[in-house]
Amino acid sequence: MLSVSGLTKKFEGLTVMEGFDLTVRRGSFTTLIGPSGCGKSTFFDVLTGVFPGDGGRISWLGEDVPDLMGRAAYMQQKDLLLPWLSLIDNAMLPAKIAGAPTSRGSQEKASALFGRLGLHDFENYIPRKVSGGMRQRCALVRTLMFEHELVLLDEPLSSLDAITRRSLQALLLLLQSEFNKTILMITHDIEEALLMSDELLVLTPMPMRVRERFVLEMPKSGRSSNPELLKIKEHVLEELEGDLDGPI
Amino acid sequence: MDRSNWISLLIALTVIAIWEFACGWFSVPDFILPAPSEILKTTVFKASLLLPHAGVTALEIIMGIFLSLLVSVPLATLMFACPSIERALSPFLVASQAVPVFALAPLLVIWLGYGLSSKVLMAAIIIFFPITVSLLEGYKNCDREYAVFFDLMGAGFLKKLRLLYWPWALPYFFSGLKVGVTVATIGAVIGEWVGAQRGLGYLMIQANARLQVSLVFAAILWLSVMGLAMWVFVGFLERKVIYWK
Repeated sequence: MLSVSGLTKKFEGLTVMEGFDLTVRRGSFTTLIGPSGCGKSTFFDVLTGVFPGDGGRISWLGEDVPDLMGRAAYMQQKDLLLPWLSLIDNAMLPAKIAGAPTSRGSQEKASALFGRLGLHDFENYIPRKVSGGMRQRCALVRTLMFEHELVLLDEPLSSLDAITRRSLQALLLLLQSEFNKTILMITHDIEEALLMSDELLVLTPMPMRVRERFVLEMPKSGRSSNPELLKIKEHVLEELEGDLDGPI
Repeated sequence: MDRSNWISLLIALTVIAIWEFACGWFSVPDFILPAPSEILKTTVFKASLLLPHAGVTALEIIMGIFLSLLVSVPLATLMFACPSIERALSPFLVASQAVPVFALAPLLVIWLGYGLSSKVLMAAIIIFFPITVSLLEGYKNCDREYAVFFDLMGAGFLKKLRLLYWPWALPYFFSGLKVGVTVATIGAVIGEWVGAQRGLGYLMIQANARLQVSLVFAAILWLSVMGLAMWVFVGFLERKVIYWK
């Protein structure tokens, strides 16, 4: 379980978050949604150690840690594929950095994932030669190649077209249950959040805190037409739109 | 050949034609300004004289390039790895370029003699700066998001250097190398002017003293061709190495 308590971050007098608390159940898919600029990405930056926090505690699997650097897989909107490596070598990068580039198990796992994500004919292509959707699928394979149980997703699908995004959402869910990952995702897309999450946390504008928490226990298949979720969607949209009503 | 190449060729041919015509029209003596046809004749008929000297100069330049690479690549990497070293060395690097190579040449000849080594060092001194600065700039230009991503994967500096920073900086490195090889001839020739027994610079000084101006021009032509050939070769290497661009 990931637990964050009292997390505080300030930038030059601007309080991004103060005493922020969050709990993510092991094996769950938790999504954070909030207005633009509320500090979601800064939260991930503090969580991953890119910036030091100004206070608070982070604990992972019951152990207090300074940050999650080297303890969590991370995927963001930008695919961050290295342009000089083939897709398969990009996917194998976590294994290479961990010191097991030629491990048969790693190679087989990457090849199998490439096959399942429709990339098997493109293993040796460089990123420039394939579409944005394929690059993002490759980034997804790379994320799954991390041996870490915790996966942080920062708007990973937001740059994709609707069709590719939908297919990747389905794949992400399938792979999450299969690989038993604990996922914490940031998104701006309320539909995506409702389709994929076990738990949805709605955030306030800065200083960021959890405004509302929804536990979504219904099965993930057929959620798009679930009347209860439609109500939650309307409610969350109203709240987020309300945040825009302030002075501009 | 694309349009720009045709334009370059046309400009060159026009200048040569005007030059040729002017020399004949004004009856300019060969020891003042030989006509292009005379220079071409000398270049071809005195090839057996020019070739060994060109070989020496080429060797000096190539050795200078390797020597500068041996110094500039580790130095740029060290400066990137330790910003305090960069801050400490930057003034010296800039100062080294503020000193005219003409001023250094006699000293190097005194210290290293009339042989190959003083010219190799002269060429290396000239090449070293653009390569070091370009490579350092390339390292620094690496997208921060990639560096952070590597940190998240638990990569140490050496792994980041090998897998991220070095490939990222390669286009910058080749830009510096292209500048370096084109100016390398300057270092070698100045070294030969100050004191040498062989080389195109030495030949130019000798020919100049005997008023064999067409031979001076022929040596200049050979130097230009050598510089151009190295530039083309580095460009070819760049396209092969940076295949993802």
